[in-house]
Amino acid sequence: MDQIITAAVAVVGVPLVLLGYIILGERVIERLPDHLQTWIRPYFWALPAIGFATIFMVYPLIRTVFLSFRNNADTDWVGFNNYVYFFTFPDTLTSLRNSLLWLVFYTLFAVGLGLIIAILLDRVRYESLAKIAIFLPVPISAVAASIIWKFMFDYQPPGSVQTGTLNAALGAFGGQPVAWLVNSTTNNPALIFVGVWSITGFCMVIISASLKSISTEVLEAARMDGANELRIVQLIVTPLLWPTITVVGTTMIINALKTFDIVFVLTSGAYDTDVIATQMFRQLATHHLSRAAAVGVVLFLAIVPLLVVNIRRFQQQEETR
Amino acid sequence: MSGVQVETRRETARAGTAVSVLDRWGHQLQRLPLHLVIIIFIAIWIVPTIGLIVNSFRNVQDMSNAGWWSALFPPHGFSLDSYNQVLQTENVATSIFNSVLITVPATVIQLAIATMGAYAFAWMKFPGKDIFFIVIVGLMVVPIQMTLIPVLQLFHTFGLAGTFIAVWLAHSGYGLPFEVFLLRNYLGGLPREIFESAEMDGAGHAVRFLRIAVPMTIPAIASLTIFVFLGVWNDLLVSLTFLGSSPNRPFTVVITQLVTSLGGGWQFLTAAAVLQMSLPLAVFIFLQRYFVRGITSGSVKG
Repeated sequence: MDQIITAAVAVVGVPLVLLGYIILGERVIERLPDHLQTWIRPYFWALPAIGFATIFMVYPLIRTVFLSFRNNADTDWVGFNNYVYFFTFPDTLTSLRNSLLWLVFYTLFAVGLGLIIAILLDRVRYESLAKIAIFLPVPISAVAASIIWKFMFDYQPPGSVQTGTLNAALGAFGGQPVAWLVNSTTNNPALIFVGVWSITGFCMVIISASLKSISTEVLEAARMDGANELRIVQLIVTPLLWPTITVVGTTMIINALKTFDIVFVLTSGAYDTDVIATQMFRQLATHHLSRAAAVGVVLFLAIVPLLVVNIRRFQQQEETR
Repeated sequence: MSGVQVETRRETARAGTAVSVLDRWGHQLQRLPLHLVIIIFIAIWIVPTIGLIVNSFRNVQDMSNAGWWSALFPPHGFSLDSYNQVLQTENVATSIFNSVLITVPATVIQLAIATMGAYAFAWMKFPGKDIFFIVIVGLMVVPIQMTLIPVLQLFHTFGLAGTFIAVWLAHSGYGLPFEVFLLRNYLGGLPREIFESAEMDGAGHAVRFLRIAVPMTIPAIASLTIFVFLGVWNDLLVSLTFLGSSPNRPFTVVITQLVTSLGGGWQFLTAAAVLQMSLPLAVFIFLQRYFVRGITSGSVKG
């Protein structure tokens, strides 16, 4: 009961407090001399947002870097010890390798399948209905998606009834059941596929919107000149879609590096399926704070190039605004 | 290829309808591989979810005796056992409730603050504005893993560890950069004349913000609300870190903990998964237009 009251107070109270902040603050600022007004007012307005960003992102970022060079009790400097641990311990190296697998294959398949499906659906009349089907997993949480796929991958020893969809299908064709999530050659691809399955609809929708903006005249002209569909896709459609593909691709790379939920729910990182984010969480949960911090910094460093790309793109957009 | 089709079409038009029908079939037959590939894709993307939903309406015994597809044929053996079992499992009912109590305030708090900050960035000049904004663009991609430890320590220092307030604040902090970015672009695109004429009429910033900027930004705020709401509802990492063992933990965390703690007999969690995803799916189905528009206009991080 108390909790409902707290939540209700927050829902009504926070906007009211902000409203009061704006109205009262402006009343004070309006009384100030002009030059002081123009100086103070913007900071007054931006303060809550900047404050939140500072407390929850900028300060923690700096502090995490600091912690990664400290011992676990935060009493002394340990140089690069936590990083040495990360780059020499087999378990953490496995997580690094898996994150690279995610980076390459998740991005490639999510964007690739999104592109292929967008192009294929552009040619049929039931496009909008088919799009809904492909998009359906997008709003589903990674937790629910993992349970969906836990059933798809379910494995029983050979000889017993296979209740997992994939193994039952394999059995129908006379194959032996595969322990998808345990077998070290299939588990990482299986997890990556769950990720791809969840996000392909997202890529498809964006690429498809960009596909619709290609003028049909260009395509018709190419067809008249006798170009076949494959050549059209290769020589006209893909180059025109390239800017969109790179934007979606960067988003997918960032997603791949941050991957946590699917691995955590389906395998908890067991059987060599750990990724950087689950590794970091495990260090945190086992109170190896400075190691966890070092893992976090490694993850951050991997994302820095993309951060730079995003800022560059933003600056270019600003110039053309 | 299409040149030939044009030719044949002209001929068939002359030859009458009977041939025309045959020709259309031929044309469709040629496209059969295309349809087949599409149908396979649709099947891969839709069958797993259907399987889960079907399974959720069977009891655990049936689920471990035969796959979900067997329930498609009589005797179906549908039952609500799994739902009963899930709702009676310790913490589950509370956690669904917690999810609501986490999601609604977190969404309101961050959107209120983001709109105000976006207004400053869109319509005010101040030294350092560009640098502040570039930092915000950069923060949009910073992995939250990078922030978890210090934020956790902060919450402990202020006695907020394990409370709703902690996750409301954390979600707001993590969501703000992106929301400020998006709303600032939207607000900045509003016509300058409206703000200028309001200023001439003596309207201060408070009035311009509340009477002009906010009402005109409602479409953007609305589609952002959908995504922020679902993002928090579906979140695992933030709640797992800040509420992992608290009685306030949300549905996603409880489901995850049950999945990893139950060795066998986890199958009844199908019902939990269906309950968890029913809200996002309902939102998607009923607000489809906003959903797709929101994504294509860049209002989602992915």
